[in-house]
Amino acid sequence: MNMELVCPAGSPAALEAALEHGADAVYVGLRNPTNARAFPGLNFTPEALAAAVSTAHARRRKLYLALNTYPTSRHIHVWKDSIDMAAAAGVDAFIIADMALLDYAARRHAGIPRHLSVQGSATTAVALRFFYERFGIARAVLPRVLSIAQVEHLCEQAPVAIEVFAFGSLCIMVEGRCQLSSHVTGQSPNCHGVCSPAEHVRWTELPGNRREVRLGQVLVDRFEPEEPASYPTLCKGRYQQDGQPFYALEEPTSLNTLELLPRLAQAGVAALKVEGRQRGPAYVTQVTRVWRGALDALKGPQPFRILPEWEAQLSHVSEGLQTTLGPYHRRWQ
Amino acid sequence: MKLSLGPLQYFWKRADVLDFYQQAADWPVDVIYLGETVCSKRRELRLPDWLSIADNLTAAGHDVVLSSLVLVEAASELSTLRRMADNGRFGMEANDLSAVQVCLERQVPFVGGPTLNIYNHETLALLQSCGMTRFVLTMDQGETALRALREAQATLGGAFPEVEVMAWGRLPLAYSARCFTARASNLGKDECGFKCLEHPQGLALATREGESFIRLNGIQVQSEARCDLAPDLESLRQCGVDYLRLSPQPEGMAEVIERFHDALQSGCPPGRAGDCNGYWHGRPGMDWVGAAREFSGDLQETTR
Repeated sequence: MNMELVCPAGSPAALEAALEHGADAVYVGLRNPTNARAFPGLNFTPEALAAAVSTAHARRRKLYLALNTYPTSRHIHVWKDSIDMAAAAGVDAFIIADMALLDYAARRHAGIPRHLSVQGSATTAVALRFFYERFGIARAVLPRVLSIAQVEHLCEQAPVAIEVFAFGSLCIMVEGRCQLSSHVTGQSPNCHGVCSPAEHVRWTELPGNRREVRLGQVLVDRFEPEEPASYPTLCKGRYQQDGQPFYALEEPTSLNTLELLPRLAQAGVAALKVEGRQRGPAYVTQVTRVWRGALDALKGPQPFRILPEWEAQLSHVSEGLQTTLGPYHRRWQ
Repeated sequence: MKLSLGPLQYFWKRADVLDFYQQAADWPVDVIYLGETVCSKRRELRLPDWLSIADNLTAAGHDVVLSSLVLVEAASELSTLRRMADNGRFGMEANDLSAVQVCLERQVPFVGGPTLNIYNHETLALLQSCGMTRFVLTMDQGETALRALREAQATLGGAFPEVEVMAWGRLPLAYSARCFTARASNLGKDECGFKCLEHPQGLALATREGESFIRLNGIQVQSEARCDLAPDLESLRQCGVDYLRLSPQPEGMAEVIERFHDALQSGCPPGRAGDCNGYWHGRPGMDWVGAAREFSGDLQETTR
């Protein structure tokens, strides 16, 4: 079975890049609070979404819409209107976390497949059965918490197709269950589609060309003059136990599963997701090209081996310029 | 409004757990949640031990609910879940959709834990149709959210489930596959050496300028700030909150409960004893919002 390569696009230019370089499907979000990358200047208007569907379909590729934040009662109509609008635009699947929205999409637009978002926090076949039996999901994106052995086991048991994260920024917390950002800023991935929102980030120059960065009032990290600094998500800050600062939760790093590709294919994983709707077309180009090459090589007659240039290119676009197997590798846990 | 004793978040030695719940038998709390919710490797007590504590507490007049693991991954964890649901005597708190499905398949009514992500009335109604009779508001929602949920639910008709709100203790903010306590000792989760036993209130971390910030508790990250909604008793009551959840701590738990109990009895909200109540007021969780009502009252007075 061929694994589908699902790439991110935060703009029409990124969509073009993904399609040009070999994405089988592209996932996008709307320019409103309905998705987990609700950043200024990013995402698609209704008109842009309709155009994106046409562009993807002209190349016989798929376009998925992420509606993966949790709506409150007062504003749930925004999410429902978005679902109706996207159905009319002809999207190929909805990526949803909230039960009420899964239910709505299943009732109103039964013909459009529903994928359970990673934000839905389903980590077992039993949880997947809940979503399958209640809302007829066709696919589930797994939270980045399972080891490769657990993914393999789950693929055997799951009532639906499985999509896993292959590459990109690494959320180390169970997705859909992290309130670190809201604890400090009042805004969370669940409800606001943002983590460590930019308007709460403050960089300060210190004497001796040092820098520090705060989220709200909380000091996330300090950097020496030559030290690379990455975006101050709270899980990648340095904190101290006995006066010794260390990356208590995780280093700035990106997930990279290239070396697991044969096992993921063998396990029957249906789709590989690349993270990064907030990244530009250059990132999408580079990452899509590498993963297309790797997936094609996997199908080829030669035994699969990772080309050094793939690793180099992926590291170049990674957070902290380094990558990890993350939770797939038991030792990481 | 009644009081509940939430599930023990930390890993304590067996004797300490038994001692804690022996004391709890005499505490004025209506509901007691029992069980391991954070890490399945914590096996100082096993299901039969929890059930035996549950029997004692029931005999002492408390309602007991068994709380399920928040992050369920392994087959062994699923089988524990099934055995919990099959216990036949005590209700369940489902902290994951695996647990919801297990309860649903057995037609066992359940309490929806704070990690089920109930943010709107339609999701609430869907879970009620699966057997949910009570739910714990997610950490990040407060007064305004609860009111909106109630108003919207009224349009659907039917009964609103019982509501429970986290009212005392360090807030569980996040969960991971990684064990942070083990990591802090340069150990992997598989060879953690049960380091959590050394941190009966979690491992405190400060920012690089020495401000206390979070606590590592196995795969869970907690706020350093202790939530305290006792001063907000009046608005909790007005929102129709049924249970105030008090989270177990190794020392001073009896005093915590007594303070809330006295406040409920007298109807007089006490002064502040904890560190944060931001979420209840629609603010960042770590914030403290003090005497907001009096202030807005004064403001109106002045404006007039």
